[in-house]
Amino acid sequence: MKEVIHTPVPLVEEEEYHINMGPQHPSTHGVLRLVVTLQGEIVKSLKPHCGYIHRGIEKMCEKDTYPQIIHLTDRIDYLSAHINNHAVCLLVEKALEIEVPERVKYVRTIMDELARIQSHQLWWASFGMDLGGLTCFFYGLRDREKILDIWEETTGARFLQSYYTPGGLLWDIHPNFQKDVKAFIKYFRKKIRDYDNILSGNVIFRERSRNIGLMSKEDAISWGVTGPSGRGSGWSCDVRKHHPYALYDKVDFKEILYTEGDTLARYLVRMDEMRESMNIIEQLIDNIPEGDFTAKMKAVIKLPAGEYYQRVESARGDLGLYCISDGNKTPYRMKFRTPSFSNLSVLDHISRDLKIADLVAIGGSLDLVIPDIDR
Amino acid sequence: MTSNIYDNFVASLTQSIHEWLYHVMPPTWALISEMTIIGLVFLLFYALVGLFLVYAERKVCAFMQNRVGPNRVGPYGIFQTIADFIKLLMKELITIKNSDKLLFNIAPFIVIIASFMAIAAIPFAKGLHAIDFDIGILYVIAVSSLGVVGILLAGWSSNNKYSLIGAMRSGAQIISYELSVGMSLLTIIILAGTMQFSEIVQGQEYGWFLFKGHIPAFIAFVVFLIASTAETNRGPFDLAEAESELTAGFHTEYSGIKFAFFFLAEYMNMFIVASIGATVFLGGWMPFMVHGWDGFNTVMNYIPPSIWYILKTGFIIWLMMWFKWTFPRLRIDQLLTLEWKYLLPINLFNILLMAFIVLMGWHF
Amino acid sequence: MKEFFKYFADIFTGVRSLLIGMSVTGKYFFSPGQIVTQQYPENRKTLKMYDRFKGEVIMPHDENNHHRCTGCAICELNCPNGSIEVISARIDGPDGKKVRIIDQHIYHLGMCTFCSLCVKTCPENALAFGQEFEHAVFDRTVLTKILNQPGSSILKEIA
Repeated sequence: MKEVIHTPVPLVEEEEYHINMGPQHPSTHGVLRLVVTLQGEIVKSLKPHCGYIHRGIEKMCEKDTYPQIIHLTDRIDYLSAHINNHAVCLLVEKALEIEVPERVKYVRTIMDELARIQSHQLWWASFGMDLGGLTCFFYGLRDREKILDIWEETTGARFLQSYYTPGGLLWDIHPNFQKDVKAFIKYFRKKIRDYDNILSGNVIFRERSRNIGLMSKEDAISWGVTGPSGRGSGWSCDVRKHHPYALYDKVDFKEILYTEGDTLARYLVRMDEMRESMNIIEQLIDNIPEGDFTAKMKAVIKLPAGEYYQRVESARGDLGLYCISDGNKTPYRMKFRTPSFSNLSVLDHISRDLKIADLVAIGGSLDLVIPDIDR
Repeated sequence: MTSNIYDNFVASLTQSIHEWLYHVMPPTWALISEMTIIGLVFLLFYALVGLFLVYAERKVCAFMQNRVGPNRVGPYGIFQTIADFIKLLMKELITIKNSDKLLFNIAPFIVIIASFMAIAAIPFAKGLHAIDFDIGILYVIAVSSLGVVGILLAGWSSNNKYSLIGAMRSGAQIISYELSVGMSLLTIIILAGTMQFSEIVQGQEYGWFLFKGHIPAFIAFVVFLIASTAETNRGPFDLAEAESELTAGFHTEYSGIKFAFFFLAEYMNMFIVASIGATVFLGGWMPFMVHGWDGFNTVMNYIPPSIWYILKTGFIIWLMMWFKWTFPRLRIDQLLTLEWKYLLPINLFNILLMAFIVLMGWHF
Repeated sequence: MKEFFKYFADIFTGVRSLLIGMSVTGKYFFSPGQIVTQQYPENRKTLKMYDRFKGEVIMPHDENNHHRCTGCAICELNCPNGSIEVISARIDGPDGKKVRIIDQHIYHLGMCTFCSLCVKTCPENALAFGQEFEHAVFDRTVLTKILNQPGSSILKEIA
């Protein structure tokens, strides 16, 4: 038997040590494992270890038909399930050159924005908890419940809806939908003030987040940090503005930009995005036109051979879908460019020489969803 | 001095037990059995208060978070903590390889003994205290800071990096905040002119020190609240545990009843600092009385002193729970900044101010 | 001097922001009417799921024990993870021809991801979503269900 020779490699400098944050750690939001090199409490470097929740979704897509892929995308980034579904639907519709009814576009835009609010609510809740304010968690979840109820009434599911189908929607919106959404916006405009009072304005929170995890615009671009995290560094990267889909070219909304690039800026971007999403919904909710809830589709969807790419703005950033079709009813290759993956990659860069408590705050401010990283 | 109808009752009860014991056995044995009785009474009290406070904390935080809290075991869930306690008793005590066995096992006891010692000096009603030192406050400050030794040992002996970080944080924290607690109490000692708890309470007969010392006393009270919250390792100063950073900090490796000891000691420490706060600033068991309003004072006197004491302590405990369930946690350097840059200078200035006010006779 | 004033301004604004935060939690503490907890096993009687709630896939039967399933197995084809197995049989029809009927419509609830493709694509609307959501069992074989009831037959109009 061949003897394995271990050459001693110094893994750490003097007075440094490793610590494993995760895969079971309260503030990694799932099964992310960070191998952190610490000196005392100062983070010297960190290595993310991914793959604990890798389910091979890209490979599974290769044996599924396009309508079946929808339900897999729910499970990539489960907090913006509608938006992921939207990406697949747009890709198929683009490839087949189908124009979906106007009603579908309205409903999809509203649902996407509800998903964004919902995702940011949960992020706010868990971010507050990362910083030690446990009450935030319950306030966030309390308000998120209202959106889940609206979804349950229309789509039948609270979390993984699979509501969009290529060409339209699974079924029409519930008669109560408009009334409920309007009631929710009225409710949440009141409650979001609580959010500001309890966390945004709090001096401890401000001190914990200001000038922590500084990420310049150049950093954001070179690491590909998109979404609210990138916009906190002043990088205008909103897909809804730059490559509008659905109704985003018709509605009037601001792209939230902060230039500070610290944890506080990333926090404020998301808080403002919740308000902006409510504005978008308010513009659309009363004007949903009558009509079909789905376009005419063939029973078996076959994409023409070729390569397709579709971007959408998920709650976490730029979600890209790259698909190679060989003309069959299943894709030859499906690749997801998920925002959390590139957002995670910058974590090492921006959390060096900060404290372990800052690492938790920065990780929270990047709003990582681990299945989105591992797929 | 106003005569309180309950004073005689407590005094005569303790006196008769005392006399009876000395009557039936030689003095040495009588003394030992007295000590044993007092110890047992305190042990029982300790367990009950700890269990109740855990329940209270869970209910308070539930109401602040729009929840109902524990409500399954017993009416309104009042037996929930007892059920939890039984569960913790039955859990396996995990021993960790490569840990310092002796220190690992001894640490929870150090923590609990420290809080147990502090409770002895607290007056629950007139004449109802185990020991009435003439340097009571000094004793309590000295003893209550012993607990950190247990936390340090627990973190160090666990042979776990998370625990070690938690323990080191805790050490730095207690060393800093001990100063502020001491100095804010010192402010009141200047006003009271004594360190004996019974005399401090007696001095607040017509007006608590919070009102008597007005501005400096109020500042001292706020500083005391902040510093004592930090000293008990409670949120927003729970850096030693910091569950989102260090999973559970110094008690990561503890399970079963040893963990319960840490848990209980945390709540008892909260009870003790709240008791000291209530005694020093809010008059302890002394009813709310105003000089000259005899009718009002008589009515107030009908409420037993222990009830007054519990109400005041409960109020401070509630304040501390309110802090915990509202604020995010501080970072370790901010924690030290708060102490050395804000609380300590304010405190020093406050002592001067109080001394000046006492000298000029500007207090009530 | 500026530093000096900033020191006190910091204290003041800090304490003020803390008090604002405490007012939020304090407000909820003193208004127990805002409790949102649902006491689940107790409210079973009044708990009503939404009409479209996807609890499980069921095959509705009418009062004469007729269902609408022809056994065409389109649901089986569309199911992305093989939760549905359709076992059909051939019997002699009224006009002497062989007719395909459903023998067993097997549904693996434990594998179902509720993507609703089976319900959506069924040409005869034979499948629907049930409202039952208490699916916890001790034996996972219980989760494999046969959707067509014993002795049931297809509705005359469809066949």
